[in-house]
Amino acid sequence: MSSVRVLVGTRKGAFILTADGKRERWKVAGPHFAGWEIYHVTGSPADPNRLYASQSSGWFGQLIQRSDDGGVTWSPVGNSFVYEGIPGTHQWYDGTPHPWEFKRVWHLEPSLTDPDAVYAGVEDAALFRSSDGGATWSELAGLRGHGTGSSWQPGAGGMCLHTIILDPSDPKRIFIAISAAGAFRTDDGGVTWRPINRGLRSEQIPDPTAEVGHCVHRLAMHPARPGVLYMQKHWDVMRSRDAGDSWQEVSGNLPTDFGFTIDVHAHEPETIYVVPIKSDSEHFPLDGKLQVYRSRTGGDDWEALTKGLPQRDCYVNVLRDAMAVDDLDACGIYFGTTGGQVYASADGGESWNAIVRDLPAVLSVEVQTLP
Amino acid sequence: MIRVVLPAHLRTLARVAGETTVEVAGPATQRSVLDALESSYPVLRGTIRDHVTQRRRPFVRFFACERDLSHESPDAPLPDAVASGTEPLLVVGAMAGG
Repeated sequence: MSSVRVLVGTRKGAFILTADGKRERWKVAGPHFAGWEIYHVTGSPADPNRLYASQSSGWFGQLIQRSDDGGVTWSPVGNSFVYEGIPGTHQWYDGTPHPWEFKRVWHLEPSLTDPDAVYAGVEDAALFRSSDGGATWSELAGLRGHGTGSSWQPGAGGMCLHTIILDPSDPKRIFIAISAAGAFRTDDGGVTWRPINRGLRSEQIPDPTAEVGHCVHRLAMHPARPGVLYMQKHWDVMRSRDAGDSWQEVSGNLPTDFGFTIDVHAHEPETIYVVPIKSDSEHFPLDGKLQVYRSRTGGDDWEALTKGLPQRDCYVNVLRDAMAVDDLDACGIYFGTTGGQVYASADGGESWNAIVRDLPAVLSVEVQTLP
Repeated sequence: MIRVVLPAHLRTLARVAGETTVEVAGPATQRSVLDALESSYPVLRGTIRDHVTQRRRPFVRFFACERDLSHESPDAPLPDAVASGTEPLLVVGAMAGG
């Protein structure tokens, strides 16, 4: 029988949650790397026992951990992330130039085909790649150096490259997103990049339709429709049907279109999920009710999914990397909260249960579907 | 022989319990001790000082003999008591919340 392994990064360590395909009884293992911030834990699509974790701390900096046995044991690998050339400056919060400084790895994206190849999205925003299982890292400097980098600015969480999507139909095409710069695409394996933000509108920047400067919180794509992208922006849920060349707002009837995370059903490319958050100044659900919203039409028409979720006195947040789906026949949806709960639905979102309730604040959730 | 006391998280990373010791060829300085420490425990590279600039990370301090050596030159001699192994060099994570 198939099984699932949920990889959870938290403010104080990593946890691995496992269950069989029924997804009813869960084992919780951890904390791994206790006391450290684990921004992301993820597995290789090419070898599910190969895991990578980003381990960091304000005191002792960044480490990358690798497991070759599905998270039972871990070994530190390379942690030197050095920008290529003279890093230059980006904008600080007040608009003044600020030197590029490496702070941490937000997101790790393993190659679809090679367990030893993995990308790292870092703060201050840049994209790195390792081809030796994380031992050494090199910057794909064409992104930071393509021309608009000096105008990028940090979001409230820092100037982070938080989303990396590899196109399964075209190994040379990669999508990334940065807060607060926007979305970018390469069609040549990372040598050259261009902003893909046409159609985005952000009232928080001087030119609301500028080429860059948008606070994109998350991108999502279904592997069967690599030309269709979904975006949770600071405000607004957006969709592109042309690989990011243009975007349309699909917030529709959402009660608020602020939020952080967005994901796509494993078997229904038009079915997408968001967790609406009240506003950019109040990072919790509307009216204390935790609600996932689902659209079966690629946006615009949304329905609230509430069964099993707290509908009073709930003031947690769901961060950008904290939602994932499995690909069992009945698609499972998972998300973690800053209150330490990890919720799972084994029926596409119709009903929810907390796998675990009292972890440290959840930063990221990934799911592996195992044979 | 130089005695070094690491903070708890770095002891876990380096898989050492209690104090650790390093041998230093030549004068005992912050730089030579950290070079020796990172040579013995490569996992500590980047955790105490920056990979490139070799500057002490901001939330890391160096204490010894009831003195704060954090702002001494990395090439200044460590106190005789540290160089002789009588007293340890303390690598300390700054007290801060979280």
